[in-house]
Amino acid sequence: MYYNEEFETLPRPALEALQLKRLKNTLLRVYTNVPFYRGALNRAGITPNAVNSLDDLRKLPFTFKQEMRDSYPYGLFAAPMDDIVRIHASSGTTGKPTVVGYTRKDIDIWAELMARSFVAAGVHKGDIIHNAYGYGLFTGGLGAHYGAEKLGASVIPMSGGNTKRQIMIMKDFGSTVLTCTPSYSLFMAEAAKEEGIDFKKLSLHVGIFGAEPWSETMRSEIETKLNLCAIDIYGLSEIMGPGVAIECREAKNGLHIWEDHFIPEIIDPESGELLPSGDKGELVITTITKEGIPLIRYRTRDITSINYEPCVCGRTHARIARMSGRSDDMLIIRGVNVFPSQIESIIMGIEGVEPHYLLIVDRKENLDTLEVQVEVDEKLFSDEVKHLQRLSQAIEKEIKDTLGITCKARLVEPKTIQRSEGKAKRVIDNRKL
Amino acid sequence: MKVEQISIFIENKSGRLAEITRILGEAGINIRALSLADTSDFGILRLIVNDRENAKIVLKEKGFTVSKTEVVAVEVPDKPGGLYQILRILDSEAINVEYMYAFVERCGENAVIIFRFDETDKAIKTLVDNGFNVLDGERLYSM
Repeated sequence: MYYNEEFETLPRPALEALQLKRLKNTLLRVYTNVPFYRGALNRAGITPNAVNSLDDLRKLPFTFKQEMRDSYPYGLFAAPMDDIVRIHASSGTTGKPTVVGYTRKDIDIWAELMARSFVAAGVHKGDIIHNAYGYGLFTGGLGAHYGAEKLGASVIPMSGGNTKRQIMIMKDFGSTVLTCTPSYSLFMAEAAKEEGIDFKKLSLHVGIFGAEPWSETMRSEIETKLNLCAIDIYGLSEIMGPGVAIECREAKNGLHIWEDHFIPEIIDPESGELLPSGDKGELVITTITKEGIPLIRYRTRDITSINYEPCVCGRTHARIARMSGRSDDMLIIRGVNVFPSQIESIIMGIEGVEPHYLLIVDRKENLDTLEVQVEVDEKLFSDEVKHLQRLSQAIEKEIKDTLGITCKARLVEPKTIQRSEGKAKRVIDNRKL
Repeated sequence: MKVEQISIFIENKSGRLAEITRILGEAGINIRALSLADTSDFGILRLIVNDRENAKIVLKEKGFTVSKTEVVAVEVPDKPGGLYQILRILDSEAINVEYMYAFVERCGENAVIIFRFDETDKAIKTLVDNGFNVLDGERLYSM
Protein backbone atom coordinates (compact mmCIF):
# COMPACT_ATOMS: atom_id res chain seq x y z
CA MET A 1 0.00 0.00 0.00
CA TYR A 2 1.36 3.39 -1.03
CA TYR A 3 0.04 6.91 -0.77
CA ASN A 4 1.77 7.95 -3.98
CA GLU A 5 2.72 4.76 -5.78
CA GLU A 6 4.21 6.44 -8.83
CA PHE A 7 6.75 8.48 -6.90
CA GLU A 8 7.38 6.04 -4.06
CA THR A 9 8.34 3.27 -6.49
CA LEU A 10 10.03 5.45 -9.12
CA PRO A 11 12.88 3.45 -10.68
CA ARG A 12 16.31 4.71 -9.54
CA PRO A 13 17.44 6.21 -12.87
CA ALA A 14 14.23 8.29 -13.09
CA LEU A 15 14.47 9.21 -9.41
CA GLU A 16 18.05 10.37 -9.79
CA ALA A 17 17.28 12.36 -12.90
CA LEU A 18 14.49 14.05 -10.99
CA GLN A 19 16.84 14.76 -8.10
CA LEU A 20 19.35 16.44 -10.38
CA LYS A 21 16.71 18.60 -12.02
CA ARG A 22 15.32 19.68 -8.65
CA LEU A 23 18.79 20.24 -7.22
CA LYS A 24 19.68 22.62 -10.01
CA ASN A 25 16.40 24.54 -9.49
CA THR A 26 17.13 24.80 -5.79
CA LEU A 27 20.65 26.04 -6.34
CA LEU A 28 19.39 28.72 -8.68
CA ARG A 29 16.75 29.67 -6.15
CA VAL A 30 19.15 30.07 -3.21
CA TYR A 31 21.85 31.70 -5.32
CA THR A 32 19.38 34.33 -6.48
CA ASN A 33 17.45 34.90 -3.26
CA VAL A 34 19.70 34.14 -0.30
CA PRO A 35 22.77 36.37 0.20
CA PHE A 36 24.32 33.80 2.53
CA TYR A 37 24.22 31.09 -0.15
CA ARG A 38 25.32 33.41 -2.93
CA GLY A 39 28.36 34.26 -0.86
CA ALA A 40 29.05 30.66 0.10
CA LEU A 41 28.74 29.40 -3.48
CA ASN A 42 30.89 32.20 -4.83
CA ARG A 43 33.56 31.48 -2.24
CA ALA A 44 33.49 27.82 -3.23
CA GLY A 45 33.84 28.89 -6.85
CA ILE A 46 30.57 27.23 -7.86
CA THR A 47 27.74 28.69 -9.87
CA PRO A 48 24.36 26.92 -10.14
CA ASN A 49 25.14 26.02 -13.77
CA ALA A 50 28.30 24.23 -12.73
CA VAL A 51 26.34 21.37 -11.15
CA ASN A 52 25.52 18.84 -13.85
CA SER A 53 25.51 15.53 -12.06
CA LEU A 54 24.66 14.33 -8.59
CA ASP A 55 28.38 13.69 -8.10
CA ASP A 56 28.87 17.46 -8.13
CA LEU A 57 26.88 17.72 -4.91
CA ARG A 58 29.97 17.00 -2.84
CA LYS A 59 31.62 20.12 -4.21
CA LEU A 60 28.99 22.30 -2.58
CA PRO A 61 29.62 23.86 0.85
CA PHE A 62 27.92 22.54 3.98
CA THR A 63 25.34 24.47 5.97
CA PHE A 64 25.74 24.41 9.74
CA LYS A 65 23.21 25.05 12.48
CA GLN A 66 25.38 27.94 13.63
CA GLU A 67 24.75 29.63 10.29
CA MET A 68 21.01 29.28 10.76
CA ARG A 69 21.39 30.84 14.17
CA ASP A 70 23.47 33.68 12.73
CA SER A 71 20.69 34.41 10.23
CA TYR A 72 18.05 34.64 12.93
CA PRO A 73 15.24 35.04 12.29
CA TYR A 74 14.58 35.14 8.54
CA GLY A 75 18.03 35.56 6.99
CA LEU A 76 18.02 32.25 5.11
CA PHE A 77 14.49 32.51 3.70
CA ALA A 78 14.41 32.19 -0.10
CA ALA A 79 10.87 33.47 -0.48
CA PRO A 80 9.36 36.86 0.36
CA MET A 81 7.54 37.00 3.72
CA ASP A 82 4.27 37.48 1.84
CA ASP A 83 4.65 33.96 0.49
CA ILE A 84 5.50 32.46 3.87
CA VAL A 85 2.33 30.98 5.32
CA ARG A 86 3.80 29.19 8.35
CA ILE A 87 6.70 29.75 10.71
CA HIS A 88 8.13 27.10 13.05
CA ALA A 89 11.15 27.09 15.31
CA SER A 90 13.31 24.70 17.25
CA SER A 91 16.16 24.87 19.72
CA GLY A 92 19.21 26.83 18.76
CA THR A 93 22.52 26.29 20.55
CA THR A 94 21.85 29.19 22.93
CA GLY A 95 18.71 31.09 23.83
CA LYS A 96 17.60 31.85 20.30
CA PRO A 97 15.69 29.21 18.34
CA THR A 98 16.37 28.34 14.69
CA VAL A 99 13.51 29.59 12.57
CA VAL A 100 12.03 27.97 9.46
CA GLY A 101 9.42 29.30 7.06
CA TYR A 102 7.03 27.46 4.71
CA THR A 103 5.29 28.58 1.55
CA ARG A 104 1.92 27.09 0.70
CA LYS A 105 3.63 24.61 -1.61
CA ASP A 106 6.04 23.65 1.19
CA ILE A 107 3.08 22.94 3.50
CA ASP A 108 1.39 20.83 0.81
CA ILE A 109 4.53 18.81 0.19
CA TRP A 110 5.03 18.30 3.93
CA ALA A 111 1.45 17.04 4.23
CA GLU A 112 1.98 14.68 1.30
CA LEU A 113 5.23 13.28 2.70
CA MET A 114 3.62 12.81 6.09
CA ALA A 115 0.65 11.09 4.41
CA ARG A 116 3.10 8.80 2.57
CA SER A 117 4.74 8.11 5.92
CA PHE A 118 1.43 7.20 7.54
CA VAL A 119 0.60 4.75 4.77
CA ALA A 120 4.09 3.22 4.88
CA ALA A 121 3.48 2.61 8.58
CA GLY A 122 0.22 0.83 7.86
CA VAL A 123 -2.22 3.67 8.50
CA HIS A 124 -5.23 4.17 6.18
CA LYS A 125 -7.86 6.83 5.75
CA GLY A 126 -10.32 5.07 7.99
CA ASP A 127 -8.02 5.37 10.98
CA ILE A 128 -8.55 7.61 14.00
CA ILE A 129 -5.22 9.20 14.78
CA HIS A 130 -4.45 10.17 18.36
CA ASN A 131 -1.82 12.86 17.85
CA ALA A 132 0.07 13.45 21.08
CA TYR A 133 3.03 15.28 19.53
CA GLY A 134 3.27 18.84 20.85
CA TYR A 135 1.33 21.48 18.94
CA GLY A 136 2.96 24.87 18.66
CA LEU A 137 6.27 26.13 17.35
CA PHE A 138 7.47 22.54 17.46
CA THR A 139 6.91 20.89 14.06
CA GLY A 140 5.76 17.53 15.47
CA GLY A 141 2.12 18.24 16.25
CA LEU A 142 1.10 20.21 13.18
CA GLY A 143 3.29 18.07 10.91
CA ALA A 144 1.50 14.87 11.87
CA HIS A 145 -1.82 16.70 11.88
CA TYR A 146 -1.69 17.97 8.32
CA GLY A 147 -0.44 14.62 7.08
CA ALA A 148 -3.33 12.86 8.79
CA GLU A 149 -5.88 15.21 7.24
CA LYS A 150 -4.24 14.90 3.83
CA LEU A 151 -4.55 11.15 4.08
CA GLY A 152 -8.19 11.58 5.03
CA ALA A 153 -7.90 9.96 8.44
CA SER A 154 -9.67 11.42 11.49
CA VAL A 155 -7.12 13.27 13.59
CA ILE A 156 -7.59 14.04 17.29
CA PRO A 157 -5.29 17.00 18.09
CA MET A 158 -4.35 15.94 21.64
CA SER A 159 -0.84 17.47 21.91
CA GLY A 160 1.11 16.42 25.02
CA GLY A 161 0.27 16.33 28.71
CA ASN A 162 -2.89 15.55 30.69
CA THR A 163 -2.14 11.86 30.39
CA LYS A 164 -5.11 10.51 32.32
CA ARG A 165 -7.44 12.43 30.06
CA GLN A 166 -5.58 11.20 26.99
CA ILE A 167 -6.13 7.58 28.07
CA MET A 168 -9.83 8.21 28.57
CA ILE A 169 -10.14 9.78 25.13
CA MET A 170 -8.11 7.02 23.52
CA LYS A 171 -10.56 4.54 24.95
CA ASP A 172 -13.79 6.48 24.40
CA PHE A 173 -12.95 7.88 20.95
CA GLY A 174 -11.63 4.56 19.73
CA SER A 175 -8.22 5.85 18.61
CA THR A 176 -6.58 3.38 16.25
CA VAL A 177 -3.22 5.08 15.68
CA LEU A 178 -0.96 6.76 18.23
CA THR A 179 1.66 9.39 17.37
CA CYS A 180 3.99 10.64 20.13
CA THR A 181 7.52 10.23 21.45
CA PRO A 182 8.50 6.64 22.31
CA SER A 183 9.15 7.45 25.97
CA TYR A 184 5.77 9.16 26.31
CA SER A 185 4.07 6.08 24.92
CA LEU A 186 5.53 4.03 27.77
CA PHE A 187 4.49 6.70 30.22
CA MET A 188 0.95 6.43 28.82
CA ALA A 189 1.11 2.67 29.23
CA GLU A 190 1.89 3.07 32.92
CA ALA A 191 -0.87 5.66 33.37
CA ALA A 192 -3.36 3.35 31.66
CA LYS A 193 -2.35 0.50 33.94
CA GLU A 194 -3.02 2.71 36.95
CA GLU A 195 -6.46 3.49 35.57
CA GLY A 196 -7.10 -0.20 35.12
CA ILE A 197 -7.22 0.13 31.35
CA ASP A 198 -5.86 -2.74 29.29
CA PHE A 199 -4.26 -1.76 25.98
CA LYS A 200 -5.35 -5.09 24.57
CA LYS A 201 -8.92 -3.84 24.84
CA LEU A 202 -8.14 -0.56 23.05
CA SER A 203 -8.34 -0.21 19.29
CA LEU A 204 -4.77 0.90 18.60
CA HIS A 205 -3.03 -1.08 15.86
CA VAL A 206 -0.01 1.09 15.05
CA GLY A 207 2.09 3.75 16.72
CA ILE A 208 4.46 6.14 14.97
CA PHE A 209 7.18 7.28 17.32
CA GLY A 210 9.95 9.81 16.84
CA ALA A 211 11.55 13.06 17.99
CA GLU A 212 14.08 11.12 20.06
CA PRO A 213 16.31 8.06 19.51
CA TRP A 214 14.98 4.70 20.68
CA SER A 215 16.31 1.13 20.56
CA GLU A 216 14.96 -2.18 19.30
CA THR A 217 14.62 -3.23 22.92
CA MET A 218 12.39 -0.26 23.56
CA ARG A 219 10.39 -1.15 20.46
CA SER A 220 9.68 -4.62 21.83
CA GLU A 221 8.67 -3.14 25.15
CA ILE A 222 6.31 -0.65 23.49
CA GLU A 223 4.78 -3.27 21.21
CA THR A 224 4.13 -5.57 24.14
CA LYS A 225 2.79 -2.97 26.54
CA LEU A 226 0.67 -1.05 24.04
CA ASN A 227 -0.34 -3.99 21.88
CA LEU A 228 0.46 -2.30 18.59
CA CYS A 229 3.05 -2.22 15.80
CA ALA A 230 5.66 0.43 16.67
CA ILE A 231 7.16 2.34 13.74
CA ASP A 232 10.08 4.77 13.76
CA ILE A 233 9.75 8.18 12.09
CA TYR A 234 12.49 10.74 11.51
CA GLY A 235 12.39 14.44 10.89
CA LEU A 236 13.91 17.76 11.85
CA SER A 237 12.44 21.21 11.58
CA GLU A 238 15.40 22.62 9.65
CA ILE A 239 14.66 20.18 6.82
CA MET A 240 10.87 20.10 7.18
CA GLY A 241 9.49 18.44 10.32
CA PRO A 242 8.36 14.85 10.92
CA GLY A 243 8.05 12.79 7.78
CA VAL A 244 11.54 13.24 6.32
CA ALA A 245 11.99 9.48 6.68
CA ILE A 246 9.78 6.58 7.81
CA GLU A 247 10.14 2.87 8.52
CA CYS A 248 7.97 0.72 6.31
CA ARG A 249 5.66 -1.76 8.00
CA GLU A 250 6.74 -4.50 5.66
CA ALA A 251 10.42 -4.51 6.58
CA LYS A 252 10.83 -2.42 9.75
CA ASN A 253 14.48 -2.31 8.81
CA GLY A 254 15.64 1.22 8.14
CA LEU A 255 13.73 4.40 7.39
CA HIS A 256 12.95 5.36 3.79
CA ILE A 257 14.00 8.96 3.21
CA TRP A 258 11.85 10.64 0.56
CA GLU A 259 14.52 11.08 -2.08
CA ASP A 260 12.35 12.98 -4.54
CA HIS A 261 12.48 15.82 -1.99
CA PHE A 262 15.70 15.24 -0.03
CA ILE A 263 19.15 14.07 -1.08
CA PRO A 264 20.95 12.29 1.78
CA GLU A 265 24.70 11.87 2.17
CA ILE A 266 26.79 10.29 4.90
CA ILE A 267 30.04 12.03 5.79
CA ASP A 268 32.86 11.70 8.26
CA PRO A 269 32.00 14.45 10.79
CA GLU A 270 35.66 15.33 11.36
CA SER A 271 36.95 15.49 7.80
CA GLY A 272 33.73 16.19 5.90
CA GLU A 273 34.60 13.40 3.44
CA LEU A 274 31.82 11.45 1.80
CA LEU A 275 31.44 7.89 3.13
CA PRO A 276 30.22 4.88 1.14
CA SER A 277 26.79 3.41 1.76
CA GLY A 278 26.71 1.13 4.75
CA ASP A 279 29.28 3.18 6.68
CA LYS A 280 28.16 5.03 9.80
CA GLY A 281 28.66 8.76 9.76
CA GLU A 282 26.88 12.08 9.97
CA LEU A 283 23.72 12.50 7.92
CA VAL A 284 23.81 15.49 5.56
CA ILE A 285 20.58 16.49 3.80
CA THR A 286 19.96 18.75 0.80
CA THR A 287 16.37 19.86 0.26
CA ILE A 288 15.42 19.95 -3.41
CA THR A 289 11.81 21.14 -3.42
CA LYS A 290 11.54 23.55 -0.48
CA GLU A 291 10.81 27.15 -1.37
CA GLY A 292 10.71 28.89 2.01
CA ILE A 293 14.05 27.86 3.42
CA PRO A 294 15.90 25.45 1.14
CA LEU A 295 19.10 24.07 2.68
CA ILE A 296 22.18 22.84 0.86
CA ARG A 297 24.10 19.98 2.47
CA TYR A 298 22.75 20.63 5.97
CA ARG A 299 24.78 19.01 8.74
CA THR A 300 22.15 17.27 10.87
CA ARG A 301 24.65 15.97 13.47
CA ASP A 302 22.69 12.71 13.53
CA ILE A 303 24.76 9.55 13.15
CA THR A 304 23.42 6.86 10.79
CA SER A 305 24.21 4.96 7.59
CA ILE A 306 22.53 4.66 4.18
CA ASN A 307 21.26 1.50 2.55
CA TYR A 308 20.42 1.54 -1.18
CA GLU A 309 19.44 -2.16 -1.32
CA PRO A 310 15.96 -2.78 -2.73
CA CYS A 311 13.35 -3.10 0.00
CA VAL A 312 10.62 -5.74 0.19
CA CYS A 313 8.03 -2.98 0.39
CA GLY A 314 8.84 -1.97 -3.18
CA ARG A 315 9.78 1.61 -2.37
CA THR A 316 12.91 2.64 -4.27
CA HIS A 317 13.92 5.43 -1.86
CA ALA A 318 17.04 4.64 0.19
CA ARG A 319 16.82 3.74 3.84
CA ILE A 320 18.74 5.28 6.73
CA ALA A 321 19.44 3.17 9.79
CA ARG A 322 17.90 3.99 13.16
CA MET A 323 19.70 6.98 14.65
CA SER A 324 22.50 5.91 16.92
CA GLY A 325 23.60 9.18 18.42
CA ARG A 326 24.78 12.71 17.71
CA SER A 327 28.10 14.10 16.61
CA ASP A 328 27.59 17.12 18.86
CA ASP A 329 26.58 17.48 22.49
CA MET A 330 22.89 18.01 21.91
CA LEU A 331 20.58 16.17 24.29
CA ILE A 332 17.03 15.15 23.60
CA ILE A 333 14.95 15.35 26.75
CA ARG A 334 11.31 14.28 26.44
CA GLY A 335 11.55 14.97 22.73
CA VAL A 336 12.92 18.48 23.23
CA ASN A 337 16.35 19.38 21.85
CA VAL A 338 18.59 20.85 24.52
CA PHE A 339 22.16 22.00 24.25
CA PRO A 340 24.18 22.10 27.50
CA SER A 341 25.38 25.53 26.44
CA GLN A 342 21.79 26.78 26.57
CA ILE A 343 21.45 25.66 30.15
CA GLU A 344 24.81 27.17 30.91
CA SER A 345 23.80 30.59 29.63
CA ILE A 346 20.57 30.44 31.60
CA ILE A 347 22.37 29.49 34.82
CA MET A 348 25.06 32.12 34.34
CA GLY A 349 22.31 34.68 33.85
CA ILE A 350 21.17 34.13 37.43
CA GLU A 351 23.14 36.41 39.65
CA GLY A 352 26.00 34.98 41.59
CA VAL A 353 26.07 31.54 40.04
CA GLU A 354 29.52 30.25 39.17
CA PRO A 355 30.17 28.17 36.04
CA HIS A 356 30.35 24.96 38.01
CA TYR A 357 27.26 23.05 37.10
CA LEU A 358 26.47 19.49 36.18
CA LEU A 359 23.54 18.15 34.20
CA ILE A 360 22.35 14.70 35.11
CA VAL A 361 19.94 13.18 32.64
CA ASP A 362 18.08 10.05 33.59
CA ARG A 363 14.94 8.17 32.76
CA LYS A 364 12.59 7.42 35.63
CA GLU A 365 9.37 5.53 34.99
CA ASN A 366 9.81 6.09 31.28
CA LEU A 367 10.10 9.85 31.44
CA ASP A 368 13.33 11.72 30.96
CA THR A 369 14.45 13.71 33.97
CA LEU A 370 16.97 16.51 34.15
CA GLU A 371 18.76 17.48 37.33
CA VAL A 372 20.81 20.66 37.25
CA GLN A 373 23.42 20.70 40.00
CA VAL A 374 24.85 24.07 40.96
CA GLU A 375 27.59 24.65 43.52
CA VAL A 376 26.79 26.91 46.45
CA ASP A 377 29.80 29.09 47.12
CA GLU A 378 30.02 32.02 49.48
CA LYS A 379 28.59 34.48 47.01
CA LEU A 380 25.52 32.39 46.51
CA PHE A 381 25.02 31.16 50.06
CA SER A 382 22.35 32.67 52.22
CA ASP A 383 21.69 31.96 55.85
CA GLU A 384 18.00 31.70 55.13
CA VAL A 385 16.44 28.58 53.67
CA LYS A 386 13.90 30.58 51.72
CA HIS A 387 16.62 32.42 49.78
CA LEU A 388 18.29 29.20 48.74
CA GLN A 389 14.95 27.72 47.83
CA ARG A 390 14.17 30.78 45.78
CA LEU A 391 17.46 30.28 43.97
CA SER A 392 16.56 26.68 43.12
CA GLN A 393 13.15 27.79 41.98
CA ALA A 394 14.59 30.62 39.91
CA ILE A 395 16.84 28.15 38.08
CA GLU A 396 13.95 25.76 37.46
CA LYS A 397 11.65 28.56 36.31
CA GLU A 398 14.20 30.13 33.94
CA ILE A 399 14.90 26.79 32.34
CA LYS A 400 11.19 26.03 32.04
CA ASP A 401 10.38 29.47 30.59
CA THR A 402 13.28 29.52 28.14
CA LEU A 403 13.55 25.90 27.03
CA GLY A 404 10.20 24.46 27.97
CA ILE A 405 11.68 21.66 30.04
CA THR A 406 10.96 20.83 33.64
CA CYS A 407 14.11 20.19 35.63
CA LYS A 408 15.10 19.78 39.26
CA ALA A 409 17.70 22.24 40.50
CA ARG A 410 19.92 20.84 43.20
CA LEU A 411 22.31 22.94 45.24
CA VAL A 412 25.52 21.12 46.10
CA GLU A 413 28.58 21.88 48.17
CA PRO A 414 31.48 23.68 46.51
CA LYS A 415 34.15 21.64 44.75
CA THR A 416 31.91 18.59 44.51
CA ILE A 417 31.50 19.03 40.75
CA GLN A 418 34.55 17.68 39.01
CA ARG A 419 36.94 20.20 37.56
CA SER A 420 38.87 19.22 34.48
CA GLU A 421 41.92 20.30 32.55
CA GLY A 422 40.27 20.53 29.18
CA LYS A 423 36.63 20.70 28.28
CA ALA A 424 34.59 20.28 31.44
CA LYS A 425 32.32 17.27 31.53
CA ARG A 426 29.01 18.99 31.98
CA VAL A 427 26.62 16.17 31.30
CA ILE A 428 26.10 12.76 32.80
CA ASP A 429 23.53 10.83 30.78
CA ASN A 430 22.42 7.79 32.74
CA ARG A 431 19.79 6.71 30.27
CA LYS A 432 20.45 3.43 28.57
CA LEU A 433 18.66 3.61 25.28
CA MET B 1 24.65 43.94 71.34
CA LYS B 2 24.82 41.60 68.43
CA VAL B 3 25.99 38.04 68.21
CA GLU B 4 27.92 36.60 65.30
CA GLN B 5 26.52 33.28 64.17
CA ILE B 6 28.17 31.01 61.67
CA SER B 7 26.03 29.40 58.97
CA ILE B 8 27.20 26.40 56.98
CA PHE B 9 25.65 24.93 53.83
CA ILE B 10 25.22 21.16 54.02
CA GLU B 11 24.18 18.88 51.21
CA ASN B 12 21.77 16.15 52.23
CA LYS B 13 24.24 13.31 52.12
CA SER B 14 25.39 11.20 55.00
CA GLY B 15 28.33 12.18 57.11
CA ARG B 16 28.42 15.89 56.41
CA LEU B 17 27.16 16.90 59.85
CA ALA B 18 29.57 14.49 61.53
CA GLU B 19 32.40 15.86 59.40
CA ILE B 20 31.70 19.43 60.48
CA THR B 21 31.62 18.57 64.17
CA ARG B 22 34.80 16.53 63.75
CA ILE B 23 36.63 19.45 62.13
CA LEU B 24 35.55 21.84 64.84
CA GLY B 25 36.39 19.37 67.55
CA GLU B 26 39.88 18.82 66.19
CA ALA B 27 40.46 22.55 66.07
CA GLY B 28 39.47 22.86 69.69
CA ILE B 29 36.38 24.91 68.90
CA ASN B 30 33.43 24.70 71.24
CA ILE B 31 29.87 24.85 69.98
CA ARG B 32 27.69 26.93 72.33
CA ALA B 33 24.39 26.70 70.48
CA LEU B 34 23.18 25.20 67.27
CA SER B 35 20.19 24.92 65.01
CA LEU B 36 19.75 22.89 61.87
CA ALA B 37 17.31 24.06 59.23
CA ASP B 38 16.58 21.42 56.68
CA THR B 39 14.78 20.96 53.40
CA SER B 40 14.62 17.74 51.42
CA ASP B 41 17.60 18.87 49.39
CA PHE B 42 19.97 20.61 51.76
CA GLY B 43 20.44 21.90 55.29
CA ILE B 44 21.80 25.04 56.87
CA LEU B 45 23.66 24.52 60.11
CA ARG B 46 23.73 27.57 62.35
CA LEU B 47 26.29 27.69 65.13
CA ILE B 48 27.34 29.95 67.93
CA VAL B 49 30.96 29.00 68.68
CA ASN B 50 33.60 30.35 71.00
CA ASP B 51 36.21 31.01 68.29
CA ARG B 52 34.45 32.29 65.21
CA GLU B 53 37.44 33.26 63.12
CA ASN B 54 39.17 29.94 63.53
CA ALA B 55 35.94 28.06 62.92
CA LYS B 56 35.49 29.83 59.59
CA ILE B 57 39.09 29.16 58.59
CA VAL B 58 39.12 25.44 59.36
CA LEU B 59 35.73 24.84 57.77
CA LYS B 60 36.58 26.74 54.61
CA GLU B 61 39.85 24.85 54.35
CA LYS B 62 37.87 21.66 54.19
CA GLY B 63 35.71 23.05 51.43
CA PHE B 64 32.58 24.09 53.29
CA THR B 65 30.62 27.19 52.36
CA VAL B 66 30.45 29.34 55.46
CA SER B 67 28.93 32.72 56.14
CA LYS B 68 28.42 35.05 59.10
CA THR B 69 25.06 36.30 60.24
CA GLU B 70 24.12 38.84 62.89
CA VAL B 71 21.71 37.45 65.46
CA VAL B 72 20.41 38.71 68.77
CA ALA B 73 20.55 36.91 72.13
CA VAL B 74 17.81 37.80 74.57
CA GLU B 75 17.28 36.78 78.17
CA VAL B 76 13.90 35.17 78.61
CA PRO B 77 12.24 34.52 81.99
CA ASP B 78 12.38 30.77 82.44
CA LYS B 79 8.72 30.27 83.16
CA PRO B 80 5.54 29.71 81.19
CA GLY B 81 4.66 32.79 79.17
CA GLY B 82 8.22 34.08 79.23
CA LEU B 83 8.74 33.73 75.48
CA TYR B 84 5.25 35.03 74.73
CA GLN B 85 6.05 38.33 76.45
CA ILE B 86 8.91 38.93 74.06
CA LEU B 87 7.11 37.86 70.91
CA ARG B 88 4.13 40.02 71.82
CA ILE B 89 6.28 43.14 71.94
CA LEU B 90 8.02 42.29 68.66
CA ASP B 91 4.68 41.66 67.00
CA SER B 92 3.34 45.02 68.08
CA GLU B 93 6.23 46.71 66.27
CA ALA B 94 5.79 44.48 63.23
CA ILE B 95 9.24 43.02 63.61
CA ASN B 96 9.58 39.74 61.78
CA VAL B 97 11.37 36.75 63.32
CA GLU B 98 13.14 34.78 60.59
CA TYR B 99 14.12 31.98 62.95
CA MET B 100 15.05 31.35 66.58
CA TYR B 101 16.59 28.71 68.78
CA ALA B 102 17.63 28.27 72.39
CA PHE B 103 21.06 28.69 73.90
CA VAL B 104 22.54 25.88 75.96
CA GLU B 105 23.56 27.89 79.05
CA ARG B 106 21.31 29.86 81.31
CA CYS B 107 21.98 33.42 82.28
CA GLY B 108 21.30 33.43 85.99
CA GLU B 109 17.67 32.47 86.34
CA ASN B 110 16.86 33.16 82.73
CA ALA B 111 16.92 31.16 79.54
CA VAL B 112 18.62 32.65 76.50
CA ILE B 113 17.02 32.63 73.06
CA ILE B 114 18.85 33.43 69.84
CA PHE B 115 16.77 35.38 67.30
CA ARG B 116 17.34 36.29 63.70
CA PHE B 117 15.29 39.37 62.79
CA ASP B 118 14.58 41.03 59.47
CA GLU B 119 15.34 44.38 61.12
CA THR B 120 18.05 43.69 63.70
CA ASP B 121 18.65 47.24 64.97
CA LYS B 122 14.97 48.04 65.30
CA ALA B 123 14.44 44.77 67.15
CA ILE B 124 17.25 45.44 69.61
CA LYS B 125 15.93 48.92 70.34
CA THR B 126 12.40 47.63 70.83
CA LEU B 127 13.53 44.90 73.21
CA VAL B 128 15.75 47.22 75.24
CA ASP B 129 13.05 49.91 75.37
CA ASN B 130 10.67 47.33 76.76
CA GLY B 131 13.00 46.22 79.48
CA PHE B 132 14.42 43.05 78.01
CA ASN B 133 18.07 42.19 78.39
CA VAL B 134 19.97 41.77 75.13
CA LEU B 135 23.24 39.94 75.62
CA ASP B 136 26.45 40.94 73.97
CA GLY B 137 28.22 38.44 71.71
CA GLU B 138 31.47 38.51 73.62
CA ARG B 139 29.63 37.48 76.75
CA LEU B 140 27.86 34.63 74.96
CA TYR B 141 30.79 32.97 73.23
CA SER B 142 32.47 32.04 76.45
CA MET B 143 29.49 31.67 78.70
